[in-house]
Amino acid sequence: MSAVAEERNARAPWALTAPALMLFIGVLLIPLAMTVMLSFHDWGQYKGIEPVFILKNWREIATDPYYAEMFWRTFRIAILTTLLTALLGAPEAYILNRMSGRWKSFFLLVILGPLLISVVARTLGWALLFGGNNGLVNKLLMSLGVIHSPIPFMFTETGMVVALAHVMMPFMVLSVWAALQRLDPQIENAAMSLGAGPITIIRRIIMPQIMPGVLSGAIIVFSLSASAFATPAIIGGRRLKVAATLAYDEFLNTLNWPLGAAVATLLLIALVLIVIGSNALIERRYAEVFR
Amino acid sequence: MAYLELDRVAKQFGAQTVVDDFSLSVGKGEFISFLGPSGCGKTTTLQMIAGFLDPTRGAIRLEGKDLTAIHPAKRGLGIVFQSYALFPHMSAAENVAFGLEMRGVPRADRAERVRAALAMVGLAGYEDRHPRRMSGGQQQRVALARALVIKPSVLLLDEPLSNLDAKLREEMQIELRQIQRTIGTTTILVTHDQNEAMSLSDRIVVMSQGRIEQIGTPQETYEKPASAFVSQFLGKTNDFAGSIDRTATPPRLVAGSWSAPAPAGLNGAITVSIRPERIGFGEAGLSAKIVTRIFQGNHWLFQCESECGPAIVIRQNDGTAQPAEGEAVRLAWRPEDMSVRARASA
Amino acid sequence: MRRNGPLALIFHTIFVIVMVAPILVVCLVAFTPDGFLSLPTNGFSLRWFRAIGNYPEFIQAFWVSLGLGALSSLVALLFAVPAALAIARYRFRGRDALAALFLSPLMIPHVVLGIAFLRFFTSTGLGGSFAALIIAHVIIVFPFALRLTLAAATGMDRTVEMAAVSLGANGWTLFRRVTLPLILPGVISGWALAFIQSFDDLTMTVFLAAPGTETLPVRMFLYIQDNIDPLVTSVSACVIAVTLTALILLDRFYGLDRVLAGKGDPGR
Repeated sequence: MSAVAEERNARAPWALTAPALMLFIGVLLIPLAMTVMLSFHDWGQYKGIEPVFILKNWREIATDPYYAEMFWRTFRIAILTTLLTALLGAPEAYILNRMSGRWKSFFLLVILGPLLISVVARTLGWALLFGGNNGLVNKLLMSLGVIHSPIPFMFTETGMVVALAHVMMPFMVLSVWAALQRLDPQIENAAMSLGAGPITIIRRIIMPQIMPGVLSGAIIVFSLSASAFATPAIIGGRRLKVAATLAYDEFLNTLNWPLGAAVATLLLIALVLIVIGSNALIERRYAEVFR
Repeated sequence: MAYLELDRVAKQFGAQTVVDDFSLSVGKGEFISFLGPSGCGKTTTLQMIAGFLDPTRGAIRLEGKDLTAIHPAKRGLGIVFQSYALFPHMSAAENVAFGLEMRGVPRADRAERVRAALAMVGLAGYEDRHPRRMSGGQQQRVALARALVIKPSVLLLDEPLSNLDAKLREEMQIELRQIQRTIGTTTILVTHDQNEAMSLSDRIVVMSQGRIEQIGTPQETYEKPASAFVSQFLGKTNDFAGSIDRTATPPRLVAGSWSAPAPAGLNGAITVSIRPERIGFGEAGLSAKIVTRIFQGNHWLFQCESECGPAIVIRQNDGTAQPAEGEAVRLAWRPEDMSVRARASA
Repeated sequence: MRRNGPLALIFHTIFVIVMVAPILVVCLVAFTPDGFLSLPTNGFSLRWFRAIGNYPEFIQAFWVSLGLGALSSLVALLFAVPAALAIARYRFRGRDALAALFLSPLMIPHVVLGIAFLRFFTSTGLGGSFAALIIAHVIIVFPFALRLTLAAATGMDRTVEMAAVSLGANGWTLFRRVTLPLILPGVISGWALAFIQSFDDLTMTVFLAAPGTETLPVRMFLYIQDNIDPLVTSVSACVIAVTLTALILLDRFYGLDRVLAGKGDPGR
């Protein structure tokens, strides 16, 4: 491109992005800033929201063990969900990748398709399957002899983790799948020709190479699980609160908006820090090998 | 005595026969090339030797032992893949050491052999480098060192040079040949590049559509192609339609206005194959007209329209005057330079 | 490539069954003839699909969702297409920061977005309105619209445009006759994916919806909160059917694998 054209086009990208930029500043950045501000406002049963700058809500979250317990529960569920998806999703992606063409794309569709199906519908499915002590899942597990007495799934963390893992599974499979696509198709043959058995190939050749995929999948699953709303709300009911459902209650039931805003702001900050931190860690760890 | 022997090997995928009736004896220390266009079954054959595919029929023996009964991990063959298939999460030294580790070679011994192998391929000092940070040529050398360090009974090379640029490819060809001569490992190279096959191998196996067209030394396959396919595939060639007249005395072979005493055996319609560099301009012979004349440095390339169809002539640039475009010429060659095949009369 | 062993195939079978079971169960229960939830169902009936007709709030919510998804995706594209062209073609200062900003709704939890929009729209007097829902949904579907359009614009052969310019096309004509047709598959797929995201969103919308502007997921969620009966399964089955239709559309225009592969980034 000539220097003249370059000069003339210097303003073009800004002209093209300006509408979207205005939109994002106007109805994304400003509302977010307002929410952070809101978390410093005061609130009372009768006086409503008072636009002052106090640390009352933050102090309450920091001192009341109820919030510590709730955040700990939120992250515990997110971590267990992440582990479950990694432990099951990574092998599944590997098995999928070894299938022949037509089966591969069919099952990929079956496993990734739910990603686009309503979370409410999917969670409802689990609620139906769990359905109290004589739900289908318990009946099946007991007839298989896996368990002797029914496990309570509804309104428990176990149920939340299972349903969340199902909702998040496509993200993990996708992420590991993408890592597997970058593998040299001959890499297993190469290892085998050098005398490596199947276990050694998986442990020494495949695992180290798909690890970045597992980790980036884990980050996605973790951050989505920690901020999930529909699944904890339906499976957990009103008793078992996580950060998202608590914020919802503060806003729409208790009407203590400033406190809800503080919970939401804390969740946002915690997640952003965790995601950015672990991304940086992964990038540094694998910088040498994967560019 | 045959070191590696393929006995009527065939491979079918469903109804499709990819390799058929493949028989070959390889002597110890020999360098063999499987040469042919893509899809001719050469890589499939290599993968059957390596054990990544099982032959549908036939036997593969190494020193008389049935190789197909041995798991690929236990065959002890060294393989260099077209993509190199280096382990990206391991350094060059770790890559080379992997095979030794699998064989339980002690650590100290391992380090020494890895260093020696890397030095042999000219990569001393690159031990800790990761493959992604190496050039294509360097990766290729690591792959070679990794395959050779386990002292393989046979070295299998699957288009190892096809991802390198022309200059580097030539350098690696020479180096590969030298290394193979020095350590004397029996080697099988799969390639679609006739120059590579000719400059590296002791013998070439020319393949087409799953079948062996010809097995011979590079000279044999070039000078005396056994089929039209071989003569077309190995360099440029001219095919002229001619006939043998056994009623004349003595019998004569005639192609247009060129003729020679007929060789024994054939009769009727034939095809005369002659390499372009073996054709000269003379007083008598096939009458032709020069269409284009291209100067190519050390030689001239002429495209002619002859009475037997288009013809290509290559003349060394020895400083003598060459005919100009549009000039009428006569094409002549020595009878011993041509190969004659029967032609199905149309 | 080596084959999967029997153990791997058993694992795979169980995995796939678990993945489809909840969705299948919903669709199965939707056809129950019973007046209550039971598993397994005995018999087949459409009574719960007909029953939807007696609940006008579900019907209305469906239309709200449909209109909201279609409109917000369209508006998002109006903003996203020029932005995608700029990001795909120019190397300018702040380009990476802009791209990160435009994709940020994927990173921000939807609860936080819901709260932020609720606060914003109540204080601007738009609270509970359909317009507020549209604006909020434009923001959350924007990354999906942008990403597919961006992929199409990046993958486009720019010499084709140069050829058009050399033949005298310029400005709007160039865009309408050459650029847009070339990126259209990406744009349409971006619209479809954005539609699905909008159609499915519960977490953010539940904060904004008021009676009259409740979307289908919100209506379903509020209903489930009170009681789970076969009615909500038949509604779910309809939602799944709508999503599948959009999926098929996506597959036709773009190839589903490409759409899904693009979803690997930090999601909502």
